[in-house]
Amino acid sequence: MEIPYTVEPRPDSGLANGKLGIWLFLASEVMLFGALFSTYILLRVGAIEWPHGELSILLGGINTVILIASSVTMVLAWAQLKMNNFSRGRMFLLITIVLATIFLVNKYFEYAEHFGKGEGPWHSTFFAIYFTLTGLHGLHIIGGIVVMAYLAGPGAGLWKRNPDQFTNRVEYTGLYWHFVDLVWIFLFPVLYLL
Amino acid sequence: MHSDPAAIQKSIRTYLMVGATLLVFTGITVGVNLIHLAVPLAITVALLIATMKGSMVAAIFMHLNHEKKWIYGALILTVVFFAVLMLLPNLSVSDTIGTPSPYTIAAERAHAGGKAEK
Repeated sequence: MEIPYTVEPRPDSGLANGKLGIWLFLASEVMLFGALFSTYILLRVGAIEWPHGELSILLGGINTVILIASSVTMVLAWAQLKMNNFSRGRMFLLITIVLATIFLVNKYFEYAEHFGKGEGPWHSTFFAIYFTLTGLHGLHIIGGIVVMAYLAGPGAGLWKRNPDQFTNRVEYTGLYWHFVDLVWIFLFPVLYLL
Repeated sequence: MHSDPAAIQKSIRTYLMVGATLLVFTGITVGVNLIHLAVPLAITVALLIATMKGSMVAAIFMHLNHEKKWIYGALILTVVFFAVLMLLPNLSVSDTIGTPSPYTIAAERAHAGGKAEK
């Protein structure tokens, strides 16, 4: 049996099911990260003093640039598929995966430096919330890479059978990816600069 | 959402411009940090720029500038619950349960004083 409304919009909502589904998922993600941001505020307001300059602004800044660039390549992948250009769409998807991987490699070096100095999550309240927030964000990056790798690899066969459904899948993955970028846009100043 | 190639081609230029603007704003955020503003002002400026960047990502990359009302409805609910979540720390800070108020302290002192006189 074919799953209805994967491409054509539902008559009541005017949306394909996947689109509403991914937005509801993102709403739950807002609450997940919101709870942690709320925790950060509580810890920071309650702290007698808060460390400043513990993190590398250069590495954090480079990662911000990388994630913004990956958001651009992700939306370009969707735009190329919308224009029926599969090879270019796939190319932009692969570039997004590469950028996401570079982000994680940078994060690895950053983590390794802190652990080398004994600055793990147990070191202070600041590092506890830093590792919790960036660790959860990093897991989201890994999740995004897995989905994008599937779409660019084994899942790409759908393009031949149903190009509109494939384009929709890339769009939903893009919405998730832009959300991950959006979270980092707030994490960078909050953790690295303030 | 656009579906004709000409409109999408036009959108691509917008995506590239927004991407460049986001990079400029990132540079401004780091630059402002180097000035060493007072902490409340630095927090305000950094979060203001982050909000502007986030709005651009949501409006242009996530196409929220032209979405269906069901998605706006879901997001309005999210914003309401998110605001409550952000206010929770304030509630816990102003919470006095288990902490004696000035009135109870005064009453206890008066009570203790009365007992001593007897």
